[in-house]
Amino acid sequence: MPVEHLLFLGAALFCIGLLVVLTRKNAIAVLIGIELMLNASNINLVAFSHFDPDMLQGQIFALFVITVAAAEAAVGLAIVVKVYQYFQTADLDQLNQLKG
Amino acid sequence: MAIESIILYGFAGLTLLSALYIAFTRNVLYAAIALIVTFLGVAGIFMMLGASFVAISQVLVYVGGILVLIVFGIMLTNRLKGQKVESPVYNKFLGLAVAVGLFIIFFKGILQANFSALGWIQSAEPTNPPLEKFGMRLMTDYVLAFELIGVLLLLALIGAVKMASFKRKEGADAR
Repeated sequence: MPVEHLLFLGAALFCIGLLVVLTRKNAIAVLIGIELMLNASNINLVAFSHFDPDMLQGQIFALFVITVAAAEAAVGLAIVVKVYQYFQTADLDQLNQLKG
Repeated sequence: MAIESIILYGFAGLTLLSALYIAFTRNVLYAAIALIVTFLGVAGIFMMLGASFVAISQVLVYVGGILVLIVFGIMLTNRLKGQKVESPVYNKFLGLAVAVGLFIIFFKGILQANFSALGWIQSAEPTNPPLEKFGMRLMTDYVLAFELIGVLLLLALIGAVKMASFKRKEGADAR
């Protein structure tokens, strides 16, 4: 498989994630789209790392991206749960006041 | 066409199909389940590309951790009383136009860049590096970043627990 095909896959996955983020107003659905975009970046990193079996920088960076994604999901979902307790909704359009 | 290639394209197709399903389904719970398939497909791609440790971490962290968090998030932020967990789709055409436009830009850019002709990609023969090499790199050259990312994860988890915990009053029933 040439490297271009993997890059096309990464680009397509990123665009699908962007589509999900743009078209949904449920906070959880937006987080799902962000996870898709992070996975697309990981595909690109590992694809280039495949041709660099000595240094493996791409794989190590992909590992860091996975860790940051885990942290992001944990904090993001904690915020969503808190917001739901206060506003009784997870619709991003209705969260229009900052004062808690 | 080698058998590895066929498996790789199979995983790529699985990933793309389930991602498209996420984009076009309205039910958030179905989207979360399809996300499992996407993550497993991406893990298969990693495995076929010789990144076995990243693939295993992908399964452990995404399928075992993030997916459970997302499903819990869906359950905690919806009133599950008989009706489906649906989120309507807004700005359908504008969003589709932006996504397709961005993909066309990426497509043209990747074709123009012609990565296959790069020297270090042509000279390299794709081999599956042994796992111990990855471990040696992680524990020698990148050990500082590795420790920092561990501290970041710990801080994020403590922060998430602190943020989501709530003091329940006596007699106040959980919804």
